[in-house]
Amino acid sequence: MTAIPQSGTYINFFEVKRGFMSWLVTADHKRIALLYFYAIMGFFIVAFGLGLVMRLELIAPGATILDPQTYNEVFTLHGVIMIFLFIIPGIPAIFGNFALPMLIGAPDVAFPKLNLISWYLYVLGGLLALSTLLFGDGPADTGWTFYAPYSVKTGTNVTVAVLAAFVLGFSSILTGLNFIVTMHQMRAPGMTWFKMPLFPWALYATAWIQVLATPIIGITLLMIVAERTLGLGLFDPALGGDPVLYQHLFWIYSHPAVYIMALPAMGIVSETIPVFVKKSIFGYKVIVYSSLAIAFIGYFVWGHHMFTSGMSGPARVIFSVLTFLVAIPSAIKVFNWVATLYKGAIDIKVPLLYALAFIFQFAIGGLTGLVVGALATDIHVHDTYFVVGHFHYVMFGGTGFAFFGALHFYYPKIWGRMYNLKWANIAFVIFFIGFNLVYFPMLVLGMMGMPRRYYDYLPEFTLPNLISTIGSWVLAIGLVIMLVNLINGRKGPKASTNPWQSVTLDWTHTQSPPTLYNFDETPQVERGPYDYRNYEQYLKEHNKN
Amino acid sequence: MTSTTLSHDVHPVHFDAYGKKLGMWIFLFTEVLLFGGLFLVYAAYRFLNHDAFHEGSAELNVVVGAINPVVLLTSRLTVAMSITALQRGDSKRAINLIMWTLILAGTFMFNKYYEWYTKWEHGLFPGMDHYKELPAGKAQFFNLYFFMTGLHAIHIIIGSILLMVIAFYIKKGTINQQRYTYLENGGLYWHLVDVIWIYLFPLFYLII
Ligand code: HEM
Ligand SMILES: [Cu+2]
Repeated sequence: MTAIPQSGTYINFFEVKRGFMSWLVTADHKRIALLYFYAIMGFFIVAFGLGLVMRLELIAPGATILDPQTYNEVFTLHGVIMIFLFIIPGIPAIFGNFALPMLIGAPDVAFPKLNLISWYLYVLGGLLALSTLLFGDGPADTGWTFYAPYSVKTGTNVTVAVLAAFVLGFSSILTGLNFIVTMHQMRAPGMTWFKMPLFPWALYATAWIQVLATPIIGITLLMIVAERTLGLGLFDPALGGDPVLYQHLFWIYSHPAVYIMALPAMGIVSETIPVFVKKSIFGYKVIVYSSLAIAFIGYFVWGHHMFTSGMSGPARVIFSVLTFLVAIPSAIKVFNWVATLYKGAIDIKVPLLYALAFIFQFAIGGLTGLVVGALATDIHVHDTYFVVGHFHYVMFGGTGFAFFGALHFYYPKIWGRMYNLKWANIAFVIFFIGFNLVYFPMLVLGMMGMPRRYYDYLPEFTLPNLISTIGSWVLAIGLVIMLVNLINGRKGPKASTNPWQSVTLDWTHTQSPPTLYNFDETPQVERGPYDYRNYEQYLKEHNKN
Repeated sequence: MTSTTLSHDVHPVHFDAYGKKLGMWIFLFTEVLLFGGLFLVYAAYRFLNHDAFHEGSAELNVVVGAINPVVLLTSRLTVAMSITALQRGDSKRAINLIMWTLILAGTFMFNKYYEWYTKWEHGLFPGMDHYKELPAGKAQFFNLYFFMTGLHAIHIIIGSILLMVIAFYIKKGTINQQRYTYLENGGLYWHLVDVIWIYLFPLFYLII
């Protein structure tokens, strides 16, 4: 169906072509973002459900609903989906794809078709991961870390799970590569590197980690496959191999990967706060440099996951010191965000609430991170629920909340409609309370000495576990209200092109929903990205409609 | 379908040769790191099993092994020449030179096959009895030998397929004197695959 444009009307990217097929072969970055969105949300809900199942098992000591073997499989699948299918691709592939070209004044990413291929690889990887449920001796039971030698010995479907992670890594690399070239080649005239908004900067730092770290896990996982299928005992001590080397290789990727998870979220927060404070971000350049510093230092700290694995004393001390170093740039960012709020005209809307929750929870995640990053204390809490609490505070309390904040922020731009703000607030409050109810008790449990990855526990751990499980129901209710509200919002009132009164290009120079190539004409950039001086005048001149 | 939006005056798909090359270089980084992980493992295991690695490499045939770097280096020359040919507008010669590259790739693979086959005949192949009885350390040498040269062989195959596709498009005229970036990128990939071999060869055959 071809629609003919008339003067005064515009055709948005949904309307350009219709039909299911037009989505499957699209090269439009906004449509690909939505393809990712639906796929990623699907996987998130599955893994969320697995989380609820685990919490239900842990409501009381003894076997409740799962046997030990099933529990092992459940936390592995939960971890694999949450890490490789939700939190790593989440913000870059959805909101990065959607907003990056618009934020830098470009009609699309540098390689649109490659972008679509990345999505297909993502889907392939996801289906491979899910397929482990269907055949053989059940899904992998190794934990998402696939540590050798157990991952080589177990009869469960480790090979396919590992190949799934390999394919997903490939998808992640291609997205990163695409973004780097996009930012180098396609910034609008006048947009110098230091006029680029902070979300693109965060994606830029992230993309380099994706490109430079992911191959290491790729090859490591292939070695596991070779060991399982061809009998090349690469990590077998009896043949002169070394299982600890597996751990090194795994974390050489997986520590930088936590910044693949965190940096885009930080970018979202940097993008959100000035809009709702109507003030330039405090220390723009410092935020840029701290992103790059995180990406760089993040390569040299992986050993902090292996303090109890038998590394030499000096190595452990060095890794511990470096870990403290990498905390500094993150802390600088928190300082900058808070300083941006200071004396701002704070307009508390949902996206800002999520950003504030990010700061609060990310700070808890970061500070508990110092506890596990310090050599002496980590020896006590290693492999306990303290670690589970810590990384959920960072990944879910941090990145997960930023993800949903971004969803509420870009919602009117994506669909051109507005959800119910009151219900969005209610959902946020429940979600926030639920989250802290689930994970704060875990920090306590870890301090008390409860180990992770067990389906059972000693009776003295009962109360905090009960609170945590009840919290998981609160969290689920919050999520359901949020999603229902967002789904209903599709029929909600039409949103203006710039409901939050932002001054970045994605809001000022595009329609909601945007047109196929975003801009009517290539924008000329003169102002800095967060220049809110006289913004009302500026918006009057530039806003669409 | 013609543009159905009002944004027709933004022309989104201009051909960005520099961007495409940049993308290729970034991709090559990932390949270097893929093998980089293996070089790390090699270094660690060589350190742990020094004498066994020594014995292992003594069992490989240096003469047969030395043919392959020569073959690959020559193939780099033909690929580079085909790029120049296309830049000068001689697409026939460009295709011819790609064919020569493919023939050399085939020679490499045949030689590789021969080497592996002799290992097979001696029962020194993954999964075979003699292989399973290898002593600690030496087993690791051969594990890495088969894994790394195997992975490299897969890259040769991928690179060859890439060059075939490119040759096809040169024939069709899509890749031509004005737009030769894809051939350049294919060439870059081919050079990388060869550079990796330049490192693999001494690691397994020469260092003692
Ligand atoms: C952004 C969201 C989330 C992420 C990124 C995430 C990630 C992870 C990861 C990586 C693990 C470790 C798995 C392993 O040990 O191999 C884990 C464990 C766990 N997750 Fe989540 N998760 C998320 C949400 C949830 C939710 C919503 C719940 C519950 C309602 C939950 C409950 C758990 C529990 C109980 C464990 C610990 C299992 C154990 O050690 O025995 N998670 N999660
Ligand atoms: Cu780490």
